[in-house]
Amino acid sequence: MHDESILRVENIRKTFGGVQAVKDLSFSLSKGEILGVIGPNGSGKTTLVNLITGFVRADSGNIFFKKRNITGIPPHKIVNFGLTRTFQVMRPYHSLSAFKNLIVPLNSPRVRRTRSGKLGDIDAVAIDILEEVGFERDARVPYKAAGTLPLGYLKRLELARCIALRPDLIICDEIFSGLSMSEITSLIPFLEKLQMEGTTMMMIEHRLRELFKLANRLIVMNFGEKIAEGIPVEVIENQEVKEAYLGTATS
Amino acid sequence: MVGEEKRKKRLDRSIKVRTEGLYALSSWGEMAYLIMPRLVLILGLLVLPLILDMYWQRVLCSAGIYALLALGFDFLAEYVGLVCLGGAFFIGAGGYISGLLNAYLGWSPLLSIPIATIAGAVISTLVLLPCLRLRGIYFAIVSFMFPLFSVYIIIALNVFGSTEGISALANLPNIWVEQYLILGAVILSLFALRRLVIEDIGVIFQSIKDNDQAVNASGINITAYKAKAVFIASLIGCFGGAYLSHLYGWLGLSLFAMDFSILPIAASVMGGMGSLVGPVLGAFILTPLSEALRGFGQLRVVLYCLILIGFMVYKPEGLMNYLERKYHQFEHWEKV
Repeated sequence: MHDESILRVENIRKTFGGVQAVKDLSFSLSKGEILGVIGPNGSGKTTLVNLITGFVRADSGNIFFKKRNITGIPPHKIVNFGLTRTFQVMRPYHSLSAFKNLIVPLNSPRVRRTRSGKLGDIDAVAIDILEEVGFERDARVPYKAAGTLPLGYLKRLELARCIALRPDLIICDEIFSGLSMSEITSLIPFLEKLQMEGTTMMMIEHRLRELFKLANRLIVMNFGEKIAEGIPVEVIENQEVKEAYLGTATS
Repeated sequence: MVGEEKRKKRLDRSIKVRTEGLYALSSWGEMAYLIMPRLVLILGLLVLPLILDMYWQRVLCSAGIYALLALGFDFLAEYVGLVCLGGAFFIGAGGYISGLLNAYLGWSPLLSIPIATIAGAVISTLVLLPCLRLRGIYFAIVSFMFPLFSVYIIIALNVFGSTEGISALANLPNIWVEQYLILGAVILSLFALRRLVIEDIGVIFQSIKDNDQAVNASGINITAYKAKAVFIASLIGCFGGAYLSHLYGWLGLSLFAMDFSILPIAASVMGGMGSLVGPVLGAFILTPLSEALRGFGQLRVVLYCLILIGFMVYKPEGLMNYLERKYHQFEHWEKV
């Protein structure tokens, strides 16, 4: 494990009306690790993702990505530094075919910079990436309109749009939710491969069993606060975590 | 044997879809199938001036202007997701700039029209830039406001001929140049736009329409791309405006008239939204129609509305989408 931190969140805070969605949250993410973020519904996990990726502006606090302060920078610029995300509610471009969905990230400044001269056939590159995330190359699936694809493929497509950017950090917002067991087990090796290639990941997840297989470290959130942090086996034994998930014992 | 043939046909079809048009080179029949409708449209437009009389030639010119606006409207609404009701602003910006260059500096229309096209598009884009963050109906409302806004500025500041306008601008050399200039512009922008929407930039525009936040999350500045789209549409619109002021040899507040914002929408609805050809067709039907109904006086507006309502109720997909569907059924025609 390297101790070089790639993302550092310092005392971040966000209020929506009277609701404190995220309260003075701090944590850091080392290069190459997989960090799991868990917590009951409404504990502020997705808000945290939105804050880090710039979709929501923080009330106070700082976020550093690769030693650069990215607080208050618009999302599309943050993405070009190498920080991407998937959406919890998938957002495919319905009317476009699956591989055309990747034309957008492949045209981002980040990818344009890294490709020297012309990329060649951009459609072929898109289909290669789809194959990487598990679309069958010779089937018709990559050519179908994204709006007609089943959920499993949409999740993969969402991931493929991230991979196309060759990011340093991917934030997966509930990538496993709604998937069948077999779909999840086919996705896990891919995520492990990404980690081996040096991609850092932060996974917001409700499927704890699968997450524990992958995650190097866990953060538990409740009511916008971090209530526990550590390696998975320790965290689930934590009394406060049990209470957050199962409720307090009443006499 | 029949099963074998059907299977082959099915395989061929999937190959066709993947090669995106390249398959047309496989046979003359395929090529003719693709070229025919395009040829009919282009030749049809080019032949029209030769068979019409003086009065209808003039109508053709103004139909061309509406066609350009409808094209821009359809492109922005269906391919970028910006419902722009500011067609009159494009006409006004292009018309005033070209007219003023001609009236004050004495530039020939052949010089002032291209300059006004570009300058007008730059101004329109800059004006709409702050509203590009708005979506759907909000953008529509704000864009609808700009023509009205401009009218009152011109009246209040008492500039550019104020309410009377400026007359006696230079006309284009002759009626043939007038007609073929606008028809050429319509054909050129139609095919350029059809090309554009399948290029990478067009795919990005379409993605912005489908889900702008996902585009944002892919590291693309959506406002910049929307601005590019508005620039393209206003380029087309401003050309129409610049041309119009020299067609009538006059510039005035009616360049900002609401007709230029509304009629293109009607033409798009009638012709078929999202087909790009449809709105052009719609404009070339609706403009002459409203001239033909002139005999009915005030009643013509009612007739006009009835025709539009008829289309919305009985053929909501529009003329062109309907024809296209029928034409594609042709291909799979098999004798039983």
